[in-house]
Amino acid sequence: MSWQLGAPAAVGAAFLLLPLLALVTRAPWRSLPEHLSEPAIQTSLRLSLVCATAAAGTAILLGVPLAWVLARSRARGIGLIRALVTVPLVLPPVVGGVALLKAFGRNGLLGRWLDEAFGVTLPFTTTGVIVAETFVAMPFLVLAMEGAFRSIDPGLEEAATTLGASRWFAFTRVSLPSALPGLLAGSLLAWARALGEFGATITFAGNSPGRTTTMPISVYLAMERDPDAAVSLALVLLMTAVIVLVALRGRWLTT
Amino acid sequence: MRRTSLSLSVAYSVAGVALLAGCGGSSGQTSSTGSTSTTSSASSSDTSAATSSTTAAGATGSITVLAAASLTESFTTIANDFEAAHPGSTVTLSFGPSSGLATQVVNGAPADVFAAASTKTMGTVVDAGYASGPTNFATNSMTIVVPTKNPAKVDSLDDLTNPDTLVAVCQAEVPCGAAAATVFGNAGLTVKPVSEEADVKAVLTKVSLGEVDAGIVYVTDAKAAASDVTAIAIPAADNATTKYPIAAISKAPNPALAKEFVAYVLSDAGQAVLAQAGFAAP
Repeated sequence: MSWQLGAPAAVGAAFLLLPLLALVTRAPWRSLPEHLSEPAIQTSLRLSLVCATAAAGTAILLGVPLAWVLARSRARGIGLIRALVTVPLVLPPVVGGVALLKAFGRNGLLGRWLDEAFGVTLPFTTTGVIVAETFVAMPFLVLAMEGAFRSIDPGLEEAATTLGASRWFAFTRVSLPSALPGLLAGSLLAWARALGEFGATITFAGNSPGRTTTMPISVYLAMERDPDAAVSLALVLLMTAVIVLVALRGRWLTT
Repeated sequence: MRRTSLSLSVAYSVAGVALLAGCGGSSGQTSSTGSTSTTSSASSSDTSAATSSTTAAGATGSITVLAAASLTESFTTIANDFEAAHPGSTVTLSFGPSSGLATQVVNGAPADVFAAASTKTMGTVVDAGYASGPTNFATNSMTIVVPTKNPAKVDSLDDLTNPDTLVAVCQAEVPCGAAAATVFGNAGLTVKPVSEEADVKAVLTKVSLGEVDAGIVYVTDAKAAASDVTAIAIPAADNATTKYPIAAISKAPNPALAKEFVAYVLSDAGQAVLAQAGFAAP
């Protein structure tokens, strides 16, 4: 290992680890249980967990078929569609929130129709939080699954269909089980991403305790009210992230 | 690389990063909160980002002013006028919720002047030792704003208690949120907002976009956004006022120019701009 590689690598690792170390060492460990048992915090924690799980679930229901189409279709514009559905990955979250407002807000493209026809409004509701989180988290799942589907030997699926299996049967009994590691990795990533979303949720769903105040918003509010409480909450989110990544053990970068 | 050399390398690198972090930030640029504040630079064409220096004609150089979001329009004008009156000076403005800005100052943001929308948020900075001797330079009061089409037909405070009316206010820690709570308390009403926004301009945006039916903002914000929203007055008996203090920050990079800016805001010229925007006298 040459020093030209080792030294910057060490600096890079130190740079990424230092903030996390600082958070852990500067955390008010003694008052941690007290902060975490505040009713407002418990409510936002519960809301965050529920919404992130619902968002990951929606991402799976919609993202797995989408990933399948992207992996198997040979249509002309498929590359463009793939690029577009991964835009939320690099879009600044607040921009995502603004775009969601323009689409699903009360005066939005689809939102206006939803409001007039069904009286359904998404902004400022818990459903709105789930919509915003799904928007930012689904691309993770789609990418992971597409990679997983691509790496399945197409001969397996062909064999299934020549032996009389329907397309759906072949998908559920052959393709999906083969892509299971990708599904697990993608779902965990999508869940973690949904849990940590701030910009899109606060812009689209707003901030209302019990209904739309998620953990990241609670951390932001706590920074202005009681910085110690903010660090305690930040620790919870950090621990969650660490657990998810350790569980994945680096297997989320699909070939 | 052997194990011992690698760990030595890491140790040196961590020390190096710590050293670099220690001698950071000597220029007068701002750090602003991610999604809530806007930064605008009202600099004239022939100025450079030089550090402080005092000449016989007055201080020059650049300063950073952290100001409450409700001061956006008036302080932009004041900063432009100040630079014209003090050739060679640059004023960089950073707007946001007063509580968020106070947190920035207390965490060491390199700012020269802090103008808050409440004495409470200024108190946070003074108590932490980052400013002393704040002076009140304006007063503001609240108003209801509705989208121009007023879909929920709101015409008084009482209408805000209607469960079908979507109301947005500022977060309770932000001065305009505290003032909104005072207004509702004075009127004896229980209002359940659908959203508590990060600063007053965010409330204004939600109203002007038509996403909510009504919001509580400052009268100055309603005046500034007269083309996007309609204001509905709150009876004086129920209304809440808030005082705006300004102070130079203690360990400011450019204390001389900071002092002059504070003096300018308090002068007739500065007060005229504020009065024009709809602020009341301090």
